[in-house]
Amino acid sequence: MKIELSKALQQKIFKQMEGTFPNEGGGFLLGTRSGNTVSIIDVIQIENIFESEEQYHRYAMSPKNWADMEDTADERGMTLVGYYHSHPDSPAIPSEYDRVHALPNFVYIISSVMAGEAVEMFVWLLRDDRSAFDQLELDLQA
Amino acid sequence: MASIKIPTPLRVYTDNEAQVSVSGATVGDALSDLVGQYPDLKQHLFQDDKLRSFVNVFIDDEDIRFLDGTDTEIEADASLRIIPSIAGG
Repeated sequence: MKIELSKALQQKIFKQMEGTFPNEGGGFLLGTRSGNTVSIIDVIQIENIFESEEQYHRYAMSPKNWADMEDTADERGMTLVGYYHSHPDSPAIPSEYDRVHALPNFVYIISSVMAGEAVEMFVWLLRDDRSAFDQLELDLQA
Repeated sequence: MASIKIPTPLRVYTDNEAQVSVSGATVGDALSDLVGQYPDLKQHLFQDDKLRSFVNVFIDDEDIRFLDGTDTEIEADASLRIIPSIAGG
C-alpha cells in the first residue's frame, strides 16, 4: 500500500506536533482509497485527552471524537483513513502500546519530534493478525 | 432487527457494509451474532472473549460501560454503534 501526502500537509502535521512538544499530539487523517493507494486530503488535529502527567508518552482521543469525525467524513464524501501522532524525543516507530491499541486497515503516521523540532515521519499499517506493523511507502507530493 | 454501525476500518470484514442487522436480547448476544456472521471481525473486537479495551459500544449516545456492559438488554430495533478509542504512545 502506498500513501500519498502533500508536502504542505506534512508541514502542517509537523507544525502541530512541534506545538504540542514535549507532549504527544495527534489527529485524524481524512482521504480516499483507490486500489492500493491511500490519498490523504485533510488532517484534523484532535486534543490529547490522556492524563496530563502521562502526555509526554501517551496520546488518546475520545469516542465522541471518532464518531463526529466518521460522520463528518461521510458527509464530505471522504473516508476516515487513519490517524497521526507524535513521539517526542523518540523515533517514529510504533511502540508496543501503539500495536495493542491499533486498528487494522488504518494508516498510522508517526512523527518524531526531537528537542522540539519535527525530524522525520514514517507511515505504518497493522498486520491483519495484529502481530506487528509494516512500514508503508510515503509518496510526498508537491 | 437491531443494527450495529461498524467503524470504517473494520468494514473490510463486513463486506463493506457500514450497518449490519443483528439479533439478540442483549448487547453481548448482538455482538455474538455479529462475529458469527463475520468471523474475521472477532480478533479485532475481542481478546480472550472480552471486548478489547479500546472497543466501545454505544446504544444511541450511551456507552454500555455506564449501563450493564454486554449484559445490557436491547430493544428489538435498537441502534448500536462500535466506536474505537484511538490511543498511542
